[in-house]
Amino acid sequence: MTAETLIALVACALVGIGLYGLIVQPHPLRKLVAFNVMGSGVFVIFGALARRGAAAGMPADPVPQALLITAIVVAFAATAMTVALLLRLIESTGSASLAAEPPAADGEAR
Amino acid sequence: MRAVVSLVVVLLLLWLAVWTVVARDAFLAVAGFIAYGLLLSLVWVRLYGIDVALTEAAIGGGLTGALLLGAVGRLRGTEAAARSERPGVGTRVLAMALSLGVTAALVLCVLALPEPGPTLAPQVARELPATGVGNPITGVLLAFRALDTLLEAIVLVIALIGVWSLAPDRFWGGRPGMRHHADPDGVLAYFARVLPPIGIVVGVYLLWAGADHPGGKFQSATILAAMWMLVQMAGLADAPAVGNRLLRAGIVAGPLVFVAVGLLGLWTAGYFLGYPQGWAKPMIVAIEVALLPTLVLVLALLMSGAPARSAER
Amino acid sequence: MSTEGGLLLAAAVLLPFAGMLLGVPAGGRRAQRTAFIVMPLGLAVAVGIAFTWLDASGPVVYVLGGWAPPLGIALRADGPAVAMLLAVAGVVTGIGLFARADFGTPKGSAESRAAYSYWLLLLAVWGSLNLVFVSGDLFTLYVALELLTFASVPLVCLAGSGETLRAALRYLLFALCGSVLYLLGAVLVFGAYGTLDIALLAQRVRPEAASWTIVALMTAGLLAKTALFPLHVWLPPAHAGAPPAASALLSGLVIKGSWFLVVRLWFDAMPGVVTLPSAQLLGALGAGAIFFGNAVALRQARLKLLVAYSTVAQIGYLFLMFPLAFDAGSGRIADGVALSGGIMQAISHATAKSAMFMAAGSIYSALGHDRIADFAGLARALPVTVFAFGLGGFSLIGLPPAGGFLAKWWLLSAAASSGQWWWALVLLAGGLLTAAYLFVVVSRALRAPDAPLVVAPIGRYREPATLALAMASALLGLVALFDVPGLPIGRLPAGA
Repeated sequence: MTAETLIALVACALVGIGLYGLIVQPHPLRKLVAFNVMGSGVFVIFGALARRGAAAGMPADPVPQALLITAIVVAFAATAMTVALLLRLIESTGSASLAAEPPAADGEAR
Repeated sequence: MRAVVSLVVVLLLLWLAVWTVVARDAFLAVAGFIAYGLLLSLVWVRLYGIDVALTEAAIGGGLTGALLLGAVGRLRGTEAAARSERPGVGTRVLAMALSLGVTAALVLCVLALPEPGPTLAPQVARELPATGVGNPITGVLLAFRALDTLLEAIVLVIALIGVWSLAPDRFWGGRPGMRHHADPDGVLAYFARVLPPIGIVVGVYLLWAGADHPGGKFQSATILAAMWMLVQMAGLADAPAVGNRLLRAGIVAGPLVFVAVGLLGLWTAGYFLGYPQGWAKPMIVAIEVALLPTLVLVLALLMSGAPARSAER
Repeated sequence: MSTEGGLLLAAAVLLPFAGMLLGVPAGGRRAQRTAFIVMPLGLAVAVGIAFTWLDASGPVVYVLGGWAPPLGIALRADGPAVAMLLAVAGVVTGIGLFARADFGTPKGSAESRAAYSYWLLLLAVWGSLNLVFVSGDLFTLYVALELLTFASVPLVCLAGSGETLRAALRYLLFALCGSVLYLLGAVLVFGAYGTLDIALLAQRVRPEAASWTIVALMTAGLLAKTALFPLHVWLPPAHAGAPPAASALLSGLVIKGSWFLVVRLWFDAMPGVVTLPSAQLLGALGAGAIFFGNAVALRQARLKLLVAYSTVAQIGYLFLMFPLAFDAGSGRIADGVALSGGIMQAISHATAKSAMFMAAGSIYSALGHDRIADFAGLARALPVTVFAFGLGGFSLIGLPPAGGFLAKWWLLSAAASSGQWWWALVLLAGGLLTAAYLFVVVSRALRAPDAPLVVAPIGRYREPATLALAMASALLGLVALFDVPGLPIGRLPAGA
């Protein structure tokens, strides 16, 4: 088994670990961290596939690597938006819980 | 020997990932995540993805970690309430089953992939000389798949608008974050005076070198944005007001120039985002230089968050 | 490789984004004006693409930069894409006109956060949707999904209240999970087949463990983003809590983006890989959505929540087309009446649901609340609005000549020809349940009040825009009468 394959298999485990955290952790910030772990697992799988595609004098296939740079930046933007939303939620309601409040009895806007 | 080092890194990575997900305290989880991000950069080096390693270290580990760390400091006791909402054993067992199932399916999939793997490297090698750049990744990002890069810049602008829209109405157009004050004789202020000139030189070099060596505008923009944030954190400069028209123009200048260059390509080479013979490198450099201020502004402003105080000093 | 007029595809994607980019520094009233300049231009581009496609013998293709796939990116528009481009352009224009009431900036007033954000995000949603419809590359589609998410989430909490912030955060987390699963599938596609281009993939893909895993992962991610039962929990609070001009956009259009990707994946990228049992599973989830959504909608006390749960149910119809599209002879999924039915359902729902949310918003502005129990006298106070709401519901129930009727007709004929009669029962039962809650609302509005109803004036543009979209959905079925080449939606064998 090559190093790339081992890294790819470990990355599969990272995806699973991140998915578990995303589902199980109740706090949105922890969910976000788990999402980032899961995303990084996906990225590493892609990276291992890129390394597998070494050819034509290049140590790795550049197309997946370029796409990964794009994906990392997009993931950062997603994290930034989630953090901003979470902080605003805490500031506005004092709680970070995602559980829905029971609907207001009178139908008025909150 | 190399195999042993790889094995150790990979095992550490797994352990850190588990730690990050199950640690009891959010601060410990985020600290673990930052270490995880830096370790991941080593994995990228092992996979011969130097550009990706730079991006992961800068944005994945660095900026994301700083963002999460800042958030952890402002959780204000919501963690305790969250702990009471922990899902029951049933949900955890189901989640574990799902997670294991997905991992198993992925492992089978990865092992079943064709060997040797399909690759686009020969095609890139063939078409790269026409673009005039030596770094194949820059060629992919700004020539072959330029639309993705343009859309990515647009994604960042939209994310920033979205973050700004979260501001309370009374602070609209104001400045994000708190006004920082650091001891003018302290270490932070000292760093904020000494590091930025060095950082700017390194950042600009990375942009320039990215045409032919690992580097490029994303890594460069991250360093420059970090220098700006450092100066703000030391209180030597204030965060800009988001209503500032010049700031907003700077934010959209990059993608607009990109579209303009694309239209120029349409006019001269017949294809939107195409490059005429011999003009590819100057046009690519123009795009990179135009995108740099946009990226610096957007990355830094995404870190600062939504406006939280009024525009007056 | 590019076909005649392919450049219009690039224009369809970039025009809304360029408008948004120019609107950012322009600010205030000018951001709104930018949106109103882009709307007719975008409509013209969509119509232009439609005419180009009608003249061409195959899909309209544009290769960006001259670099053909697999190295570069191609934009591709076929019948379903053209239909969706037109529909989105039309509905966005209608919503934009309606939104002038809530988000218009009067001359001379300072820039408002909500108005500025709304117009920019409206353009962003439009551009992202167009990108979803015409992109022929799986990774570009991933970027399109992220664009759509980042543009939609802030619309949910535009009002700024705590509950809407919570709904927005829940939506964002679901959407991000969905995106990462989609990306995982795309990564495996590259590893297994060496290309991210959909047309090339269709030639190279084989039914095997890798491709089944890919389809499962990508579909699961897209289902989370489309809020198909049982992953629907984020939708009702998010769509009900958003301002009405935003709910119309979210329920009518944004949902269709991720759904369209499932269609692309199943029908275009991997037709030989998807199996009938998995399609039956999608259909079963759709049936679950129809029954659950309609049942809960019936029990709602507030109109906006009722309309939101109705969306949950109508999304179920969009997934009934999958098992019905399987050709009995070859056992493969095929373009046919079922696909046309699904596309028509999507367009019909887009117009009808936008009109219904807009009507609900007008009612809320006029009365100060949206409690259905207190609607007595509403029909006399706001006749146009209530009529528009009724028309929208009329289309959702599926009565002729509405688009919903045509969609159901096509789906029923697919059920008949493939012998899957149980889906026909689901379709009919769903129609009955929809009629039930529509009846509740309209009959309450028609009732005479005990005391005269006090209504606040609503903006000038609201009622015409609402009525226009409602009439569009109610008359959409008439397209079947015209011998438009390429109908139904360009892929139907003649005579069906």
